[in-house]
This record gives sequence, C-alpha cells and structure tokens, in this order.
Amino acid sequence: MYDFLVAPFVEFGFMQRALAGSLVLSLSSCPVGVFLMLRRMSLTGDAMAHAILPGAAAGFLLYGLEIVPMTIGGLIAGVVVAMGAGAVSRFTVQKEDASMAAFYLISLALGVLIVSLRGSSVDLMHVLFGTVLALNDEALKLIASIAGVTLLTLTIFWRALVAECLDPLFLRSVSRLGTPVHFIFLGLVVLNLVGGFQALGTLLSVGLMMLPAAAARFWTSRVGPMCVLALAIGFASCIAGLLMSYHASLPSGPAIVLSAGAAYLLSILSGPRGVLRSRVRHHRHRTA
Amino acid sequence: MQRLSRLVAAVGVITLSGAALPAAAAEPLRVVASFSVIGDFAKNVGGDRIALTTLVGPDGDAHVYEPKPADAAAMSAADVVLVNGLHFEGFLRRLAEASGTRATVVELTDGVEPLAAAEEGHAHEAEGDHGAFDPHAFQSIANAKIYVKNIAEAFCAADAEGCDDYKANAEAYAGKLDALDEEVKDAVAAIPPEKRTVITSHDAFGYFEHEYGITFLAPEGISTEAEASAADVAKLIRQVRHEKASAIFVENITNQRLIEQIASETGLKVGGTLYSDALSDADGPAATYIDMMRNNIGAIKAAVLGS
Repeated sequence: MYDFLVAPFVEFGFMQRALAGSLVLSLSSCPVGVFLMLRRMSLTGDAMAHAILPGAAAGFLLYGLEIVPMTIGGLIAGVVVAMGAGAVSRFTVQKEDASMAAFYLISLALGVLIVSLRGSSVDLMHVLFGTVLALNDEALKLIASIAGVTLLTLTIFWRALVAECLDPLFLRSVSRLGTPVHFIFLGLVVLNLVGGFQALGTLLSVGLMMLPAAAARFWTSRVGPMCVLALAIGFASCIAGLLMSYHASLPSGPAIVLSAGAAYLLSILSGPRGVLRSRVRHHRHRTA
Repeated sequence: MQRLSRLVAAVGVITLSGAALPAAAAEPLRVVASFSVIGDFAKNVGGDRIALTTLVGPDGDAHVYEPKPADAAAMSAADVVLVNGLHFEGFLRRLAEASGTRATVVELTDGVEPLAAAEEGHAHEAEGDHGAFDPHAFQSIANAKIYVKNIAEAFCAADAEGCDDYKANAEAYAGKLDALDEEVKDAVAAIPPEKRTVITSHDAFGYFEHEYGITFLAPEGISTEAEASAADVAKLIRQVRHEKASAIFVENITNQRLIEQIASETGLKVGGTLYSDALSDADGPAATYIDMMRNNIGAIKAAVLGS
C-alpha cells in the first residue's frame, strides 16, 4: 500500500512538484470554476486557450522564445478578450457566450496572422504550454501567487459574487458593485487560466477548473459547499491521476483530467441531484 | 559602383558557364524539399542547376508543421518533390493532393533498412501519423548516402542533360560523408563503452544509436506530439541514478522544460543542444547536414567525457 500510494512521491522530486503544483492550482481554479459554471460560462476556458495566441505571438516576435514575455503577452490578450466580451454582454443586448465567441475568434485569427508574419514553424503553443511533470521553481511560484491572489479576492468579494451569479439584477438594484465585481471576476478567470496554461498545459488547467465544479453541482445547490466539494474532487483527481500516470505509464495531464471526468460521470449517476436519485424521489412522490 | 562590379562578375559567370552548359541559364530544375536536412542534400547534389524550395525551414518541427499557400504553390510548380517518407512529414500527403502537383514525389528513405519504432512511440502510432518505423533515418550517415544517391537518380530522371553534373556532385558529396562517418566513429571510440548512454527529449536518434553504438533515452517518444508519462520520467531518472546515463541534452525543436527538470533532479548538467529533425539557421552551429552531425557528436563527446 505504501509502495503504491506514497513511495512515488517520496522517491522522485518531480512527482512532489507535480502534486504540489496541481493541488495548489486546484485550490484556486476549482472555486473559480464553480462561479464560471453558475454564470453559464463553462466554455470560457477553451475559448481562452485560443484567445491568448496573439499576445504570446507578439511576445515571441519581440523577444524570441522567452517564457516570461510570452506569458505576459498572453495575459494581456486574455484580459482584453475577456473584458471586451464582458463589456459587450453588459452594455448591449448580446449575451456573454456570443460576444466571447466573437472576441476569441478575432483574437485567434490575429494570433495566427502574427505567427505567420515571422514565418517560423515552431509550434508556439507547444513551447508556451507547460507540462505537470516539468514544474520548475518559477512555475511553482507563479501558481502559488495566483492561488493567493485568487483566494484573497474571492474571500473579499464573496457575497457580491454570489449575488452577481444568482441574481445580477438584484445586485445592481441594491449596490453599485455589480459591474466592477463582474470584471474583477473575469480578471481572476484569465489569471488562473493563463497561469495554468504556462505551468501545466491547456487541457489540465481547463479540466481542473470545470470538471470538479460540474461534478459538485450534482451534490448540492448551495455555493459554499459546492466550492468545497469541487476542491475535494479536484484534489482527489490530481492524486489519482498522478498515481495512474506513474503506475500505468499514462501521460499525466490526460490521466488527471480523466480522473476528474470519472468523478463527474459518477456524480451524474449517483449524486442527490443526479439521474438515479432524483428519479427515485420523483417516483415515490407520485405513488404517495 | 558595387552594383556595377557585381553585374560585371555576373556577366562573366554567365558567359563562362554558358559555353560549358548551354541549358543551365535557360530553365533550372524546380525542386521542393520537405525539410531542411533534405534541402541541404538537394543543394549539394543539384548545385546551380536547381531552384530549391524548402518547406519546413531551420529549427522548424516537421511533425506539427502547418503548410502555407505558398508551399502548395511551390509544390504545384515543382518538377521534383523530395520527401523523407516513412510518415515523417504528416502534412505532406494532404498538401501534395491539394496542390495537384504533377511532379514525381520521391521518398528518399527508399532503399534504407528501416528500424522499428521504439516502444514509446505507440501513443502516436494510434493517431496514424507515424507508421511502425522510425522515420529519422538520416541520423545515420550510411543512410544519408542512400538519400543522396536517390536524389541524384531523381534529378537525372527529370533533367537528363544535367545528369553528369548531378552524379559528379553526388559522388563528391558522398566522399565528404565518408570522411564524416570516420570522424563520428573515431569520436565514439574515444568514449568509454560503459558511458555511451545519453538522454534527449524525443526518440529521434534510433539510427544513430544503431549505427554508432550510443544509446539514447527519451521521455517523449518518437514524435514531439506525444506527452510523457510519470512512469517514463521516473524510469529515466532511475537510469541516471544507477549511472547508466552520463549526459543529458535538449533538442532544437522541442520544449526544454522536461529535460531541465530531469537534469535538476539528477544533478546532470544539460550538455547543450542536439540537432535532430531540423538544421539551425545559417549563423547557427548546424547550418548544414555535415555541421549538424559534427555538432551532435562533438556535444555528446564533450559532455560525456567532461562528466
């Protein structure tokens, strides 16, 4: 048992780093994922993976293959896309999904254009995106500071965020915080995603953000417990995925995301708000 | 003034060579090479008689290349298209079909004894881009000579008038390759047998290993597209710990972070850059095939003997 569960992490430094990095990222991105899901913006993560291309490409054009300028460029592009989409959905009749799609497509096309100008065929995203097995000190520090900022912001704006998710019109009627909170939240999303891309790769950061949140939705309808449950599912998936990757020789990112996927499928079936139990209750109600 | 002197020189060249090669000035043979190593071979065989377009340029990764319209245009106008074959260029089949080229597509690995892909490659095989064989055949100089022979034959078939030139060029270049082969074998002989294991980022050196007896271990498998598993990385680190590997290298086309992580965990120093699937640009240490092989064996020798 010890050999199976603990020994890999004791023997190898890269396993400790992978575990630490993925757990800390879960700590901040799982709660963010819950809010994203409640706001019906679950696909934002995938859009963002494409949207950051022009920023990364501009960093590459100016400074060559350097991670820091490419990440900063990606952050800027991500913020511009998220804010632009947010502003359109807030001040016009168009909803967030349509404006996000429009902005990310513009951004992606611009990025492809910039990359082609240079004429290099190095796959930029290949270079920019990290892998959970190769976390260096810099990447760990980046994830830790992102988690710190995210948790602090979430604590401060918790009530406003919950109100904004569940009843934005109510929040607007009682407070002027509505619009700023919306944009602060979008900033947090971009920060978590871009940092996650840089440290862990796209699949893993989007997967850790959305799947635990989506799974937790089947167990409770209250926001606080939902965040805690999403966190627990995220942690469990990281540990299970890394162990699977170690023992069964599977690539690590997909293994972690598939673990979270398994938790999601299980939740659909057996959660109190899932398929089986809500059926049963419904049935009883009818016969009573 | 400078322009004038250049013009004079050019006129001189044309009149001089015009006497010897009446067809040369008229219409060069249009050749498309799929990536930089093949481009270098073609340049050496074709000389001035060909107009060469190389699709995947220096430091580019042919595994994940996205073709541009200019590539299709070059291809549709080409007389000869030179490719590596053995599914090295995943993009090429579609590009050739789309461009509607009538050129003969020559697979230069024709006649090479293919090596089975290393086991780590299986994840990628499933995608259908790589076959069961390791396509990086040019990493053995004996195979490079087969490439050159195939190129000369293809050029002769397309341009009979220049055939003697191509054959002479190919022979001269093969002589240089023989000398290079000796050089690499000498360098390997200088490395003690128990130290002939090194780590790189993806399995591109199977033929080098087979030909010269240096073992390469890699976390990434045969294509740069596959992702490493924790088990692979752990296995590599164990091998280094048991002193089975004595040097670690990054490649010019791949993400360096995984290699740097393994290096920092095992205390091995990164021994420099190996050029695997692409040449460097003209200013780099591997601007030609011969420079590339020399750079690689030099880096390996220096890192192993220095450790």
